[in-house]
Amino acid sequence: MLRIPCPYCGPRDETEFAYGGEAHIARPQNPATTTDADWADFLFMRKNPKGRHRERWMHARGCRQWFNVERDTVTHQIVTVYRMGEPPPETPR
Amino acid sequence: MSTQPFRLPRGGRIDRARPHRFIFNGRAYSGYAGDTLAAALLANGIHLVGRSFKYHRPRGIVTAGVEEPNALVQLGVGARSEPNLRATQCELYDGLIATSQNCWPSLRFDLGAINDRLARFLPAGFYYKTFMWPPSAWMQYEHAIRRMAGLGTAPEERDSDRYDKRLVHCDVLVVGAGPAGLAAALAAGRTGARVILADEQVEFGGSLLSGSAEIDGRPALDWVARATAELDWMAEAKLLRRATVFGYYDHNYLAIVERVADHLANPGEREPRQRLWKVRARQVVLATGAIERPLIFRDNDRPGIMLAGAARAYAHRYAAVPGRRTVVFTNNDSAYAAALDLIEAGGPVTTLIDIRAEPQGELADAVRAHGVEVIGGSAIVATSGRHRVKGVEVMRLTPDGTGVAGPVKYRDCDVVCMSGGWTPAVHLFSQSRGTLAYDSTHGCFVPSRAAQATHVAGICNGAWTLAECLRQGFTAGTAAARAAGFVEVAAAAAPPAPEPTATPPRILWAVPSDRAGTTSKHFVDFQNDVTVADIQLAAREGYRSVEHVKRYTTSGMGTDQGKLGNIPALGVLSDVLAADLPSLGTTTFRPPYTPVSFGALTGRDIDALADPIRVTPMHDWHVANGAIFEDVGQWKRPHFYPRAGETMRAAVDREVTAARTAVGILDASTLGKIDIQGPDAVTLLNRIYTNGWTTLEAARCRYGLMLKDDGMVIDDGVTTRLAPDHFHMTTTTGNAARVLGWLEEWVQTEWPDLRVYMASVTEQWAVATLSGPRARDVLAAAGTDLDLAPTAFPSQSMRQGAVAGMPARVFRVSFTGELSYEVNVPARCGGALWEALIAAGAPFGITPYGTEAMHVLRAEKGFIIVGQETDGTVTPLDLGLDRLVSKTKDFIGKRALLRPDTQRSDRKQLVGLLTEDPNEVLPEGAQIVVERRPEPPMPMIGHVTSSYFSPTLGRSIALALIVGGRARHGETLCVPLLGKTVKVEVAESCFYDRDGARANG
Amino acid sequence: MADRTQWGSPLDAASWPPRGIFATVRFEERPFVGKLILRGSADTREFLDVSRAVLGFALPTTANTVAVDGDLAALWLGPREWMVTTTPEREADIAERLCRALVGQHAAVTDVSDGRTVIRLAGPSARDILMKGCPLDLHPREFVPGRCAQSQLARAQIILHQIDETPTYDLYVAPSFARYLWAWLVDAAAEYAIA
Ligand SMILES: [Zn+2]
Repeated sequence: MLRIPCPYCGPRDETEFAYGGEAHIARPQNPATTTDADWADFLFMRKNPKGRHRERWMHARGCRQWFNVERDTVTHQIVTVYRMGEPPPETPR
Repeated sequence: MSTQPFRLPRGGRIDRARPHRFIFNGRAYSGYAGDTLAAALLANGIHLVGRSFKYHRPRGIVTAGVEEPNALVQLGVGARSEPNLRATQCELYDGLIATSQNCWPSLRFDLGAINDRLARFLPAGFYYKTFMWPPSAWMQYEHAIRRMAGLGTAPEERDSDRYDKRLVHCDVLVVGAGPAGLAAALAAGRTGARVILADEQVEFGGSLLSGSAEIDGRPALDWVARATAELDWMAEAKLLRRATVFGYYDHNYLAIVERVADHLANPGEREPRQRLWKVRARQVVLATGAIERPLIFRDNDRPGIMLAGAARAYAHRYAAVPGRRTVVFTNNDSAYAAALDLIEAGGPVTTLIDIRAEPQGELADAVRAHGVEVIGGSAIVATSGRHRVKGVEVMRLTPDGTGVAGPVKYRDCDVVCMSGGWTPAVHLFSQSRGTLAYDSTHGCFVPSRAAQATHVAGICNGAWTLAECLRQGFTAGTAAARAAGFVEVAAAAAPPAPEPTATPPRILWAVPSDRAGTTSKHFVDFQNDVTVADIQLAAREGYRSVEHVKRYTTSGMGTDQGKLGNIPALGVLSDVLAADLPSLGTTTFRPPYTPVSFGALTGRDIDALADPIRVTPMHDWHVANGAIFEDVGQWKRPHFYPRAGETMRAAVDREVTAARTAVGILDASTLGKIDIQGPDAVTLLNRIYTNGWTTLEAARCRYGLMLKDDGMVIDDGVTTRLAPDHFHMTTTTGNAARVLGWLEEWVQTEWPDLRVYMASVTEQWAVATLSGPRARDVLAAAGTDLDLAPTAFPSQSMRQGAVAGMPARVFRVSFTGELSYEVNVPARCGGALWEALIAAGAPFGITPYGTEAMHVLRAEKGFIIVGQETDGTVTPLDLGLDRLVSKTKDFIGKRALLRPDTQRSDRKQLVGLLTEDPNEVLPEGAQIVVERRPEPPMPMIGHVTSSYFSPTLGRSIALALIVGGRARHGETLCVPLLGKTVKVEVAESCFYDRDGARANG
Repeated sequence: MADRTQWGSPLDAASWPPRGIFATVRFEERPFVGKLILRGSADTREFLDVSRAVLGFALPTTANTVAVDGDLAALWLGPREWMVTTTPEREADIAERLCRALVGQHAAVTDVSDGRTVIRLAGPSARDILMKGCPLDLHPREFVPGRCAQSQLARAQIILHQIDETPTYDLYVAPSFARYLWAWLVDAAAEYAIA
């Protein structure tokens, strides 16, 4: 079980969190003028990398805040966490 | 009762003042407190303890620890009975009852032993080759195989024991309390760090308990006692004995099972039998020791053939000698030390056979000085004795070790102590995803690179001397504490522990024999009866991957997970394939290190505590009034309230009819409720719901549909405007938390500029719904300051006031199609409100109704239930709810409704179904076809989503999703069921009061 | 809500076991504690000032801490969320004063007095019992009086507030989960039972 450092509450067990999928997926500004293909891409296409992955988590059983996590999908190492709206920090490889 | 003929007159760590009686296979024996079952059996001269898995060969005790492959017993009787326990780990208590497994009708005479003679018909992979065809027969084969192979019997009674579970955090977890682990714990503990030291044995000391080593010029156990006393004194050190760390998971999360009361004849009633510790450690020190390997020679599995280190442990620690004439067979030094210990304890050793040529040095001299015959450069080529080894045949090895030559020497014996070297117990390190490196000198894998905050110390890290184990232990403990932020005031040096100089082992994986083609009796995996020949066969048949060979031969797949045989099996495979051993890799180590009982894993999460049972403030009334409950998520909701002698159907019909003709009352407290406040609340609702909210006036209610961005319906409910920037949203019972999370997600991640706050008020309010033509009368009779006149309190509106003296929000919304009031009061008043309404409603025939009647009532009206009419693939257009989809504003899911997929004309659409036979109630989920063909396949065009008998209409009704359904009105379709076909007519999805006059009156 | 005879709390049903007497821990329900969810931005001076004026003390801005003054307390629940607790029946007054003072600000007050009940655990074994089902590190080095946290206990979501070093804890739980959690606590405390 992962230990995830909530940027507000500090490290807590994974059971307190909800996973929210890939981070930084921009919702098209104007859905009405977005093509079917682009809309489908926004809805359905997700990265599935082996290695570093930026994703969203919510501290569901804690402070209920959404935040971003950069996690290595191979080692489960959590490289960094940062709040919503913050740019991803530079992380050493 | 037998005496203990093999018990030494003195010595050992047993308590001779506390004799224990026990029963093994129906016979009574005696032993002492401090014995294991295996030690007590050996003290009584019992070696034969089981039959092997496949060939039912007689098997004896091989080890003195967790790695035991043979001595598996069924312990206890009745509810406490437990199968597959290792006799080497069962602490003896007075009255213990154990039986052998895998033998029938008895241990000494076992019918299954015929398999041994048929061995050539049961090669590796025989399951796959013999029993897989025809496929239909596999079930029968499997049944027979399981009975023959039986690994103990699962108890049929309820487990009467308690199990505890707890979480614990620490700075440093030290696994293993041998010399390295104790040193690590001391070093870490002295810094003030929170330390947990866990060891699977009864007492700390590890290998030191079984030998005669010295530390600092005194017996090593003195040092163990001092170290333990110091740790005991540390406020922040937690010492766990009888505690096996069985799993090493991500982020230094480890699981320990502590056997709290397994060793007690009469455990306390409130005391747990076992406790599961879930540990989150900042740093971990693994000092897990090493496991001795057997030598793989012909007939190496006879009772009496055991590991040299085990014989040493029995003699030294338990004062039980395994036999009177001992032959030692080794490829390394450790068996010499074992031989010396055995001799000193009083167990004669006659001959020592060493694979290495010309044994020299201190140890060899010492053994010879005791009159032991030392035969170098030789090997055991055969053994004899059926229920107990009687003798060995010895020949000289050829220089390259692949063959034997020269005359055969016979040596009588009753015990063979073998040692094929030591395998570091890297299981936990490997579970943590640390990488391993091959040590070709010692023929084993050692930890290489840690993947987590892990330190390794002692022989499990390739420290082959006691002094090095201690040194590594202190170093690792200090380093772990420092990494956790704790620094020792004064560094402690490891005490000296001199040992004789070592001669390296000679690795010879399969010991040759003079009999050609007979490697079928060189056992590699004792528990699963895997031989050298099986591995050779797998290689011949083309298996190269060690993972495949493992599965094909079943080597390492027993309950011992190949603790003895995995490395020798790998060695044999590398010989056959002429490949470098490390290039073959190792099989994956997975938790648990040793089997863990379901009880320990489950803990107290059973029965009523298996999952939370959520109840409403009115629950006790429902119970007292005979409600039958339905699980809705974790909620217990009244399903219906049968009167004496009433069937479910009769009760539901009565409840529905009451709501249609008089008045019913429903506990709707479980409805999800969200308080939404802020100047942008209405903007949020406009974006979240498909319909528009801007024009909703204060104190008015509106039904809304929520979609995901893919256009599919995820929730629905009524939302009420309490004030210009204050709303009260309701959600489906099962979706309350999900919808709140959904709103938070959008507000926090996509629209952080929206000035709006949400709070869950699901449980703040208890809700009683009055529904039926007399609902207004009941509310009035209960006493209210609200003006209930339809003009003053119209449909789709909310009023705040007093009901029966309680502060209430009353919502005039209807899910039944009848005049309805949802009366909300603070949860503390829920019980009182319910009773007040029941009392006030008595003159009007008020009838409590449950979720089943609620479903019938809404289905008569064609109202959907999210999760029943929808399944994540249904759009509002599919449901025929186009009128709720705004054309003018944007909302979540709108764009997706224009995708080609959601625009398809052949999408499934919601319709009503009327069966030809009005009394036929279709099963929900039934498939619908245009025409029944004699045989499948036939195109399925939809399925039944809801189906009930409607007492209002006096006939059955159903809702269904059907391809192009709305264009099929009036068509007759078929529902094929087992043994019959039901004809149905497609109809409107609303069956009753289509213009809604009843609810709006 | 003056008529207290109409009140019921989730754990007060006389018919409802289980109870137990434990040597080193005591549980009791503290029903009807006043509870308000207060939302607003700690980055806004005005919001903090107004809250302080009404409550008489500053809202805690350090995550997972509690500010207490007399019978009023404010628990940090999130970066823009607090729970204000008070004695039964005082919550309406506090809510009204907060609402009035916060008019015109982006803030919200919601009465959730009935949305959670409080179980108080006190005694030397209280910490051990909580650690049987709570993933927080409650060791005195890590969690001290004046700390609070939203987390879980067994399978229920809770707000935990440590009151003193006995240790005493207040455990806020939704009423629908209260009986489950109480039964779980009684079972978890079994090894400390004396009757
Ligand atoms: Zn948090």
